[in-house]
Amino acid sequence: MMPLPETPLGRLRWAVADTRTLTGRALAHWARRPGDVAVALLFPVVVVLLMGYLFGGQMEVPGGGGYRAFIVPGMFAMTMLFGVETTFAEIAGDKARGVTDRFRAMPTAPSAVIAGRGVADLLHSVAALVVMACCGLAIGWRAGDGAGRALAGFGLLLLLRFALIWTGVYLGLGAKGPESVATVQMLVWPIGFLSSAMVAPATMPDWLGVIAEWNPMSATVTACRELFGDPAPAGGSWAGRHSVLLAVAWPLLITAVFFPLAARRFRAMAR
Amino acid sequence: MTTSEFAVVAEGLRKRYGDTEALAGLDLRVPAGTVHGLLGPNGAGKTTAVRVLTTLARPDGGRATVAGHDVVRAAARVRAGVGLVGQHAAVDEVLSGRRNLVMFGRLCHLGPRAARRRAEELLERFRLTEAAGRPAGSYSGGMRRRLDLAAGMILAPPVLFLDEPTTGLDPRARAEVWDEVRALVGGGTTVLLTTQYLEEADRLADGISVIDRGRVIAEGSPGDLKARVGGGRIEVVLEDPAALTAAAEIVARAAGARAEVDPGALRVGAPADAGGAAVLIEVVRALDGAGVRVADIVLRRPTLDEAFLRLTGDRQQGDTGQKDDTEQKEVPA
Ligand SMILES: Nc1ncnc2c1ncn2[C@@H]1O[C@H](COP(=O)(O)OP(=O)(O)OP(=O)(O)O)[C@@H](O)[C@H]1O
Ligand SMILES: [Mg+2]
Repeated sequence: MMPLPETPLGRLRWAVADTRTLTGRALAHWARRPGDVAVALLFPVVVVLLMGYLFGGQMEVPGGGGYRAFIVPGMFAMTMLFGVETTFAEIAGDKARGVTDRFRAMPTAPSAVIAGRGVADLLHSVAALVVMACCGLAIGWRAGDGAGRALAGFGLLLLLRFALIWTGVYLGLGAKGPESVATVQMLVWPIGFLSSAMVAPATMPDWLGVIAEWNPMSATVTACRELFGDPAPAGGSWAGRHSVLLAVAWPLLITAVFFPLAARRFRAMAR
Repeated sequence: MTTSEFAVVAEGLRKRYGDTEALAGLDLRVPAGTVHGLLGPNGAGKTTAVRVLTTLARPDGGRATVAGHDVVRAAARVRAGVGLVGQHAAVDEVLSGRRNLVMFGRLCHLGPRAARRRAEELLERFRLTEAAGRPAGSYSGGMRRRLDLAAGMILAPPVLFLDEPTTGLDPRARAEVWDEVRALVGGGTTVLLTTQYLEEADRLADGISVIDRGRVIAEGSPGDLKARVGGGRIEVVLEDPAALTAAAEIVARAAGARAEVDPGALRVGAPADAGGAAVLIEVVRALDGAGVRVADIVLRRPTLDEAFLRLTGDRQQGDTGQKDDTEQKEVPA
């Protein structure tokens, strides 16, 4: 029988070790399914290319830059948003298959069951950003304001992804099974497109434009464009002018709401 | 016996799901080092009991200790001392069998090498070495079940919970699981298993609790339970339907009990509790004397199935006020 850790430090050490094991599990899944991983990583690239070359000629971009360079940061943020679907499907699948219960009945740190998922999802997002940045560089996007500001931009993107992990966990723990991911998709896509990611809100009908400007997605996208030194489309609105502040505030707010909700759902599994 | 000699103690456990009382005051005492069977029809509360005892579900009332630790107040300690093999195989279907076991070993805080060594041991023991490199999702139902069992035994836990461990297994795989359980118990593990196969409980369990609607309705060794529904039964199959009434009277008189007549099968039967052999001899003599021709005659011990149906059937009769065996007439003794 394993001696249980008696001190907070010992418990933390167990939680870290278990998180590493469970992150390793997710990485091993990728190694087993390289095709799926490639598709997931290349999908945003395909979208950027399609949109960029299909609509690029039609689209007027505020500030006068090219449409392709305009949508690359938009697609960065879109990918963070679509990550909710991954988190959701994995959490819901493990729960439906009883794997989560098996972990819960073991001397494994309960927090690691969720944390392992979160770390794996963040790693996946980093990989997706790297692939997309390479594609972006190939089609004319640049992060021209220095490495520091570029890293800050990517930091904001990952902060958004971090916040959305808890949304995915919360929704996934409430789902009947991974099949419900279609429902999540239907929620996620409008949120993604109703933002400044692909289209400048200034070109939308007024009321839609306002919604789009205040969309947390837009905050991250606009802040990234600013930090990457793209021709800033900054609308005159308050949200447009304070995009960096909002790009920090929105994810923190989402985390503040969904982290406790997700934790409560996880504990409620014992009910 | 003192409490510490019981590996599992439950007192008045209650658990409610909406309008369903899954556990309605369940009492359980499992002596350390024994196999205890939890027997009950679908929906009796077996899985719920296992989930409460393995800390997966919190009870609404009552208390329980497993390996000496309270399942609510010392849940982490309970988890360190139990293994659980749930009703549905819960393994990672993408990972190979070997990776699964190494991962579960690491999650039990074995070191990397110890986890690998343990995985190889268990793969060997459950005849999975050959398939060890394949994704568990490609395993047959029986192989997956064996992998599931192996995962539940990584720490050779002091108390092992098996929820219908052999459902869906072929006879050979079932026998192997039984051997494995016996070997574990030989090594000092206490096993609590739920099952719908009475043969399994009969073969494996030292003690049985029959549960229905969330509480224990009968308890004892397999032998005790069989004895509770009577020591045995005498049955006579006739050649000629005309002799049914005469045979029924003879059997009823010899057995000192009501005889049940099944005209379709030309069968007359009666409980023969004590002195079954004497009853048999008397029935043979009397039938012979009366010139009744007999196709077959047996004296048999009740099966646990009969005990089970009798025990759980009693309440159904109580509920509806009817007997379910419509075909049978009774002849008073
Ligand atoms: N999570 C749950 N939510 C709602 N009802 C539940 C839940 N779990 C169990 N129940 C109900 O509690 C009762 C007992 O269920 P349980 O699964 O413990 O039975 P069981 O004896 O294991 O049955 P089976 O032999 O079919 O596995 C059933 O009526 C079931 O519908
Ligand atoms: Mg069950």
